[in-house]
Amino acid sequence: MEAQSRALRFGIIRDPGSTWFLGSLLALVVIVATLNLFVPQASALHVSGYGLTLIGKYLCYAMLALAVDLIWGYCGILSLGHAAFFSLGGYAIGMYLMREIGPRGVYGDPILPDFMVFLNWKSLPWFWYGFNHFWFALLMVIVLPALLALVFGWLAFRSRVTGVYFSIITQALTYALMLAFFRNDMGFGGNNGFTDFKDIVGFTLDSDRTRLSLLVISAISLGASYVACRAIVASRAGRVIRAIRDAETRTRFLGYRVESFKLWVFVFSAVLAGIAGALYVPQIGIINPSEFSPMNSIEVVIWVAVGGRGTLSGAAAGAVLVNYAKTYFTSALPEVWNYALGALFVLVTVFLPQGLVGLIPLLRRKREVRPRKEVEPFVVRAETAEPSNE
Amino acid sequence: MSVHGKRLYIEDVTVSFDGFKALNKLTLYVEPGELRCIIGPNGAGKTTMMDVITGKTRPDSGTVWFGDKLNLLTLSEPEIAQSGIGRKFQKPTVFEDLTVFENLELALAGSKSFLDTLLARITAKQLERIDEVLGIIGLADQYQMPGKILSHGQKQWLEIGMLLMQDPELLLVDEPVAGMTPQEIERTAELLRTLEGGHSVVVVEHDMDFIRSIAKCVTVLHEGRVLAEGQMCAVQNDPRVVEVYLGGE
Repeated sequence: MEAQSRALRFGIIRDPGSTWFLGSLLALVVIVATLNLFVPQASALHVSGYGLTLIGKYLCYAMLALAVDLIWGYCGILSLGHAAFFSLGGYAIGMYLMREIGPRGVYGDPILPDFMVFLNWKSLPWFWYGFNHFWFALLMVIVLPALLALVFGWLAFRSRVTGVYFSIITQALTYALMLAFFRNDMGFGGNNGFTDFKDIVGFTLDSDRTRLSLLVISAISLGASYVACRAIVASRAGRVIRAIRDAETRTRFLGYRVESFKLWVFVFSAVLAGIAGALYVPQIGIINPSEFSPMNSIEVVIWVAVGGRGTLSGAAAGAVLVNYAKTYFTSALPEVWNYALGALFVLVTVFLPQGLVGLIPLLRRKREVRPRKEVEPFVVRAETAEPSNE
Repeated sequence: MSVHGKRLYIEDVTVSFDGFKALNKLTLYVEPGELRCIIGPNGAGKTTMMDVITGKTRPDSGTVWFGDKLNLLTLSEPEIAQSGIGRKFQKPTVFEDLTVFENLELALAGSKSFLDTLLARITAKQLERIDEVLGIIGLADQYQMPGKILSHGQKQWLEIGMLLMQDPELLLVDEPVAGMTPQEIERTAELLRTLEGGHSVVVVEHDMDFIRSIAKCVTVLHEGRVLAEGQMCAVQNDPRVVEVYLGGE
């Protein structure tokens, strides 16, 4: 039994999937940095500024996929509105970037962003106060998505809205936010959103060094989010969350406040999504209401399903793979992409219910030519050689 | 209250669903440490009674007290579970993706809040308790198996084990032997008899042989009220009981 308790305690470190995931993330960063910094631009192996932005974007998407996998894969709550939290994080950092432009805008107003001058506004709306400070924007990146998730989740979970009904209202949530942000009088730039950013904490966004730094920060955030998610799912709370997914009423009868567990996970997941959005916007250089589009949230669910629901590393890998395919298809065969994405989702759901990660044990089994006969399934107990109770 | 010293008091409880009275002024007491069997034809109100005790259904009238201090009608479902009432459902619902060990771990008594469980470390004492319960329910060798590959009988025992982890003063057991093989039934009867004395146990069951093998005191429900109560042999020969229920056997 001692071994079991040790395994429970150190589940994060021992998990081979985690080593693999964090190792490949580190390798990716080292390789990309080397190829960008030390390989001459003329070489085919050189990673350009465009390449850095693209990979940085994939890492942000991977973080968003982790957030969705935590709430959907482990807690069984299918949120089709995570793009809303992602976009809120993006808008929060976008407001900072807009204020950073200062007098370098087209209209040269030292305080008001261009779109406000264009709309003939005379002063800064109250909700833009504070966003000239980077720390304040960072705080809002966490607070805004958390607050929205807290209020929305509290209302939904308390009324025991579950399953497909919950999914539908999350779609409605993100759609409503999209319509609101499209309005010019909301004060968030209407359908153009924010763009033309100049610099971030004094570093110009138009340089490979900044791009590479943002990529590295994205990778660190992704790694940290992964470790945090892994720590949650490996804890007793993580087992309660899986128990809620499999038998909610039963969990309630064990004395767990199911609603409160759901709310914590939902808020944490929203915060991860918000941070991912905040990393995404300075790299992409634009944020507009189409980020709230319901389709975006559905795409995230497809990444997670393709990679492997309830695996964390699979979800992140799925995000990178699907988006790599998207980048390729939308330039090579743009009209095919949506059909390919739909087909991919159907195929994975039907033939690979555990996603691409589900293939790994199959491959491993094939490699062991002849499986050792009837492996004793309770190795841990045998090792501890503890006298049985009888 | 005119009656004292009981583990559970159900007095004059009425529950109606769209005019149909599932429970009709039901009055029932359970002694501390008693093993009580509840029988009755379908629709007699057995499951509704369990629902009222655990807080799933609120009665239209009547009182339900747990011991002399706790008014169960004022508590929520998790509060009732925390206060020491465990319920085993008709259909065994163990957590399929969690191992036998993890199933028992989640059922441990203690703080059930998110932050506490996030930081919870299993203690030596808790491990001991899990080991002990694994022994009682006979699943010591299966502790690393996920719930979904257990046999039907093993799931039922695991579920009883999960109730024991909470160290409840009152155990409600709904149809424990439905769908079991004769050997499993015998094993279950043995298990429930070992619980008697330490816990109050209320068993709802259809299987008459099983009831005969474990029961000392039997309550017969019919149309939402108690029809007869007493020793199994006395109840069995009660003409009213024979008419509504045992007659069909």
